Formats: sequence, structure tokens, C-alpha cells
Amino acid sequence: MKILLVDDEADYVSTLAERLSFRGIEATWASSGSEALKYLDKEKFELAVLDVKMPKIGGIELKKEIEKKYPDMKFIYLTGHGSEDDYQKGVADSVYYLIKPVNIDDLIKIMKKVLE
Amino acid sequence: MSIVQYFFKPAFLEHPSPDNTVYKHTFNFRKIWKMTVIITAAVALIPLVSITAIDYNVTQKAIESEIMLRVERSASNTKRSIDFFLAKHKSVLDFLINDNTFEEINNSERLVDILAHLKSGFAGFVDIGIINSNGIQIAYAGDYKLEGKDYSDQAWFQKATKQGIYISDVFLGFRNKPHFVIAVKGACPTYRDKFYMLRATIDSEDFNTLLSGIDLTRNGDIFVINHDGVVQTPTRFHGDILSEIELPVPEYSEHTEVMEYIDVERRSNIIGYAYIPDTNFILMIVKDKVELMGAWYSTRSILILFLAGSITVILGVILALTTYLVNNMYIADKKRAMAMHRIGYDNKMATIGRLAAGVAHEINNPLAVINEKAGLIKDMFTYQNKYQKDEKLISLVDSVIASVQRCGNITHRLLNFARHLEVSIQSVNIKNLIDDVLGFLDKEAEYRSIKIIVSIPDNLPDMICDRGKMQQIFLNLVNNAFAAIGSDGTLTIEAKEKNSNFCTITVSDTGCGIKPSDLELIFEPFYTTKSSQGGTGLGLSITYGLVSEAGGYIKVESEVGKGTRFMVTLPYKHNTEKKEEKV
Repeated sequence: MKILLVDDEADYVSTLAERLSFRGIEATWASSGSEALKYLDKEKFELAVLDVKMPKIGGIELKKEIEKKYPDMKFIYLTGHGSEDDYQKGVADSVYYLIKPVNIDDLIKIMKKVLE
Repeated sequence: MSIVQYFFKPAFLEHPSPDNTVYKHTFNFRKIWKMTVIITAAVALIPLVSITAIDYNVTQKAIESEIMLRVERSASNTKRSIDFFLAKHKSVLDFLINDNTFEEINNSERLVDILAHLKSGFAGFVDIGIINSNGIQIAYAGDYKLEGKDYSDQAWFQKATKQGIYISDVFLGFRNKPHFVIAVKGACPTYRDKFYMLRATIDSEDFNTLLSGIDLTRNGDIFVINHDGVVQTPTRFHGDILSEIELPVPEYSEHTEVMEYIDVERRSNIIGYAYIPDTNFILMIVKDKVELMGAWYSTRSILILFLAGSITVILGVILALTTYLVNNMYIADKKRAMAMHRIGYDNKMATIGRLAAGVAHEINNPLAVINEKAGLIKDMFTYQNKYQKDEKLISLVDSVIASVQRCGNITHRLLNFARHLEVSIQSVNIKNLIDDVLGFLDKEAEYRSIKIIVSIPDNLPDMICDRGKMQQIFLNLVNNAFAAIGSDGTLTIEAKEKNSNFCTITVSDTGCGIKPSDLELIFEPFYTTKSSQGGTGLGLSITYGLVSEAGGYIKVESEVGKGTRFMVTLPYKHNTEKKEEKV
């Protein structure tokens, strides 16, 4: 399972990546959309977990960018913010829309489900 | 509301003072109603009444003067007839004087002839005599031996001497039959400065016939009196011949006059009279005014009846219309206030929602950091075996994670609740919804020892509805139940399928209950028994509005001291069309 985590809160996303690695999940993290796109130039990921509210490039926009390159990639939104509109868009894209804080085991379960 | 109640006890009368509730009326409806009724009634009735009054007076005056005129005409005609009658007799005597010399006429035998001729030609002549200038009757023809009778000291003789003609009053005389005398003075050529008098007695029967021929109304009377008020001809109602009349003797006038006289019995009489020239006679026509005005009186009652009818109809229409309009204004104003309040309330809820959502979002991020850091610590302990045995450390970290989890639950619930304050039609599980609503009240229920029983079957279908509105409906009912219970009680929420389209959700409490008199008013907007505690009287009214908007209905049963039960019946698929708000 190769996963890309994108969140503007570096402290959060780095900790999450470390915890996932304890559980044998290889996770790369980026603290902005542009950084994420750089990683994506180099390598391919199966799943991206995106924050919705980020400076410059938000999660929903980022998802569209990534999909241009890798149409098969799967996504999960994970956000503390998130308006009703964002939520509805997530639901419309049939993407899981999770609200922080999440239990790491629940997150892993959902990742697995998405990748199936 | 029956029509009688609608018009005689309109709703706005029951809320006279604008500030007895939080509901502020724009207008004082009672005052508007009163002003409108008074002004409209005045504008409509004053011209009607004044025109009727003017018409009444004008018509009455016209009819009165018409009556007067008629009486005057009739008196005038009769006077002419009498004049003619007397002139005729006078002319006959004049003719006799001119036709006969004194010597010829001063002969009783000749007079007997003349009398016979007169009697055959003119009715009424009774006797005839010649009186010399000394007042001695020197010749006579008639039933009495009156020759030699001296009249010199009698008033009539002196008057006749002076005026050349004399017509006496009516008297009974020897025959005891009413008659009068005409005397005409003639010159006596043989004796210079001497004259004689031709005197004729005339039965007044003819005279009477003349008067009785006049057409009279039922209470009318026509007769002749002399200047002293003594009746000269038969009357119907004013005494016998030669009796004193009870009416006043009218003032002298050359022309025919009419006057009104109110007699001792307070009856109004119209009197037409005419002085007959060269005589002592006054012709009197007396008519009962009431009788003459009879036609007017019936017209008058129709007029008054019509006026009364018009006033009643006008007032009725004004009252009904004003009541209808003001009541509609009142209802519209109430709706407006209600709508304003709804808007305010919705805004407030939306603001609270946004605020809550903002707070929850802000807290979520640091919470997530705490969660992951604590998680990492735990991971490090568990995965690296270093502190694996240290149960105290693990339990500390676990409690941090558990607290974060609790905080997370709260912010999630807040977000969930706030999200649904915005309008969205979705599929809602009723059990979840009720749990959400009760979630906020769990702690309070605990503090107040309120036992909450929720009994909702798992197989109850989801409802297609606006979740936010449903939340509001049940939050209101549950809040009310909590208020009614105070502390120590039970709140029960049950749901069951009513039929394939509807389900009924019952919220019952063991609180103080509602008085029967209040029960029918609780859904009325601005009806509150807690205005002193800040109640707006809108909670249940809004609930009612939301339920009926969704196509459902709400029923209530209550018993004072035992509790209250609200039964909300809702369709599985709510009526989601925008409808105008109902009060």
C-alpha cells in the first residue's frame, strides 16, 4: 500500500505518516499541494488522503490535478474544516469525507476498503 | 369559527392591548375599527338624515299650505255664493221699489199680491211690509198682524235709515223658525225728505241649504256666525243656531283668510273665514287638520320607516365590512409578526450553527494533532518494546486518547447539527435523529434525574425530509417536556408506523400538564403562559407550522399534574414544496 498524505499542518501529517509506518503502511507526506505534485512526478501512489482546506491548492482542486495524471488513483478527504458545500462535493464524488480527529484504526479500515 | 362569532367577537378584540405579549402590533386595531365605523357611519348617515329631515319639513310645509289654500278657496267660493244669494234678494226688493210707486206699493192688497208672486218666484220670502220714515209699519202682507208696529227705536231701523240697506242677523221670531230680514230704503216722492222702507222676512232655510250643499270632509263644518260669535246657520259640531260659538271670532279682514286654531281638546283646526260685506255675517269653514293631513301622515310613516331601514342596513354593512377588514388586517399583521419572528429565529439558529461549526472546525485541527501525537507515543511504546511493560504510561496515554475521542464526538455532533440547520432534503433515520437531539440533553437529564426512554423500532423506514426542520420540531418538543418535568420524571419518545405513508412519533412527559383552557390555544402564535420567564409563545406555533408544512399534523393530550403527550404524525416523504407560512 503506497499512500500519499497531504495536509498543510505538517506536524499532524508527519505524525500520522510515522504512525502508519508502525503499522506497515508506507506513507509519504506533503504539507502543500505543490509539494504533493512534485512527489507525484517522481513516483506513483495507490491512494491519496487529502485535506480539503489548504492554502493555494485545496484538496478538491488537487484531486482534479492528480486525476489528470493518474485517473486510477483513489482518494479520501480528511479535514478539520470543511463547509457544507465541500461535504456535498465529496459526497457527489463518492469520496469518503472524514472529519478530524479520526481513530487511526478506523482510517486504515477505510483505506483498505477504498483500495479494494 | 362561526360567522356570528366572527362578526361579534372578532379575534382582534381579544388582543386589545398591543403590549400584553412580546407580539407587537403595528396598529391599535380596536381604535382603527372604532374610528372607521364612526367616520364611515357619520359620512353615510349625516347626509341621509339631513336630507330626509329637510325633505320632511319641506313636504310637510307644502302639504300644509296646500290644505290652507284649499280651505281658503272653498271659503272664498262659498262667500261668493252667499253674496250672490243675498244680492239676489236685495235686487228683488230694489226692483219692487223701482217698479212700484210709493202709492202703489203702500197698499196691503198690492203687497199680498207681490208676496204671492215673490213666493212663487223665489223661495224663502215669508212676509213683506212697508215702514214709513217714522218707523211705523204702514202696510204689511204676511201671516201676522204687524201693521202699525213701531220700529223707530230699533237699532236695525236706524242702521237701515243711515245705510239704505240692512240685512239682519238670524232670529227665531214669532214663528220660532230661523229667518232674517232684509230692508231696503226707498225715496218717497210725494213727501220731500221722506222715505220709506221695504222690509222682507226671509226664511233662512234656503240660506242653510246653500251651505249644506258644500262638500265637506268627515270632521269638517261650514256655517255662518255674526260678529258677536252667535251661530246663524246649523252646524255639525259647533252648537245650535243662536248659541254662542266656542271658537274665537276671527279678526276682521276684507279678504278670505285661513288660520290654525288649537281647541281645548288640543285638536288642531284649520279655520277658513270670510266677512260677508254689508252684513253682520261671517262665513266659517272649520276642518280637522289631522284629517286633512291624513295622506301626509301615511307618507310620513313610510318615510320614517324607510329612513330607519336605511340606517339599519347602512350600519349593518359598515359594521360587517369594517369588522371583516380590520380582522383581516389583524390576521395579516399577526402573520407578518410571526414571519418576522421566524426569520429572526432562523437567522439566530443559522448564526449559532455557523458559530458552532466554526468552533468545532478550529478545535478539530489541534485535537487531531493531540490525537496523533498521543497515538504516536502509544505506538512507540507498543511497537518498540521499550516501555511495553509500563502499564501506567500506557494507561495515561490511553486516557489522553479517550479524552480526545470524547472531544471529537462533541465537535462531530456540533458539526453534524450545524450542517443540518441549512435546508437540505435527505433520507433521515428517525432513531439517529432522535439520538442526535437527545445527545445535547443527556447531561442535563442526568442532573435533573429525568429518565429518557426511547422506543423506536429498527425496521422503521427512513424519512425523506429536511433534517434541520425535523431537528427543530423534536428539539422544541423535548425542551418543552424538560421544562414541564422540572426534575424527577420520565420522558418517553416512541415511534410507530401508522400506515404505509405515515408514522407517528409520540413525545410524552410526566410533567405538570396543561390546563384544558390553555390546551386549545397552545399552538396559537404568541400565546404563552411564561411571558415573565422570557417565553415568546412561538415554540409550539413554529413546531406546528413545520409539521403542517411537511404535510403532517400534531395532536396533544394533557392532564394537569399527570403529564402531556404530543403526537406528531409525519409522512415518510415530506411535502418539500415551498409553501407560504401558515399561522
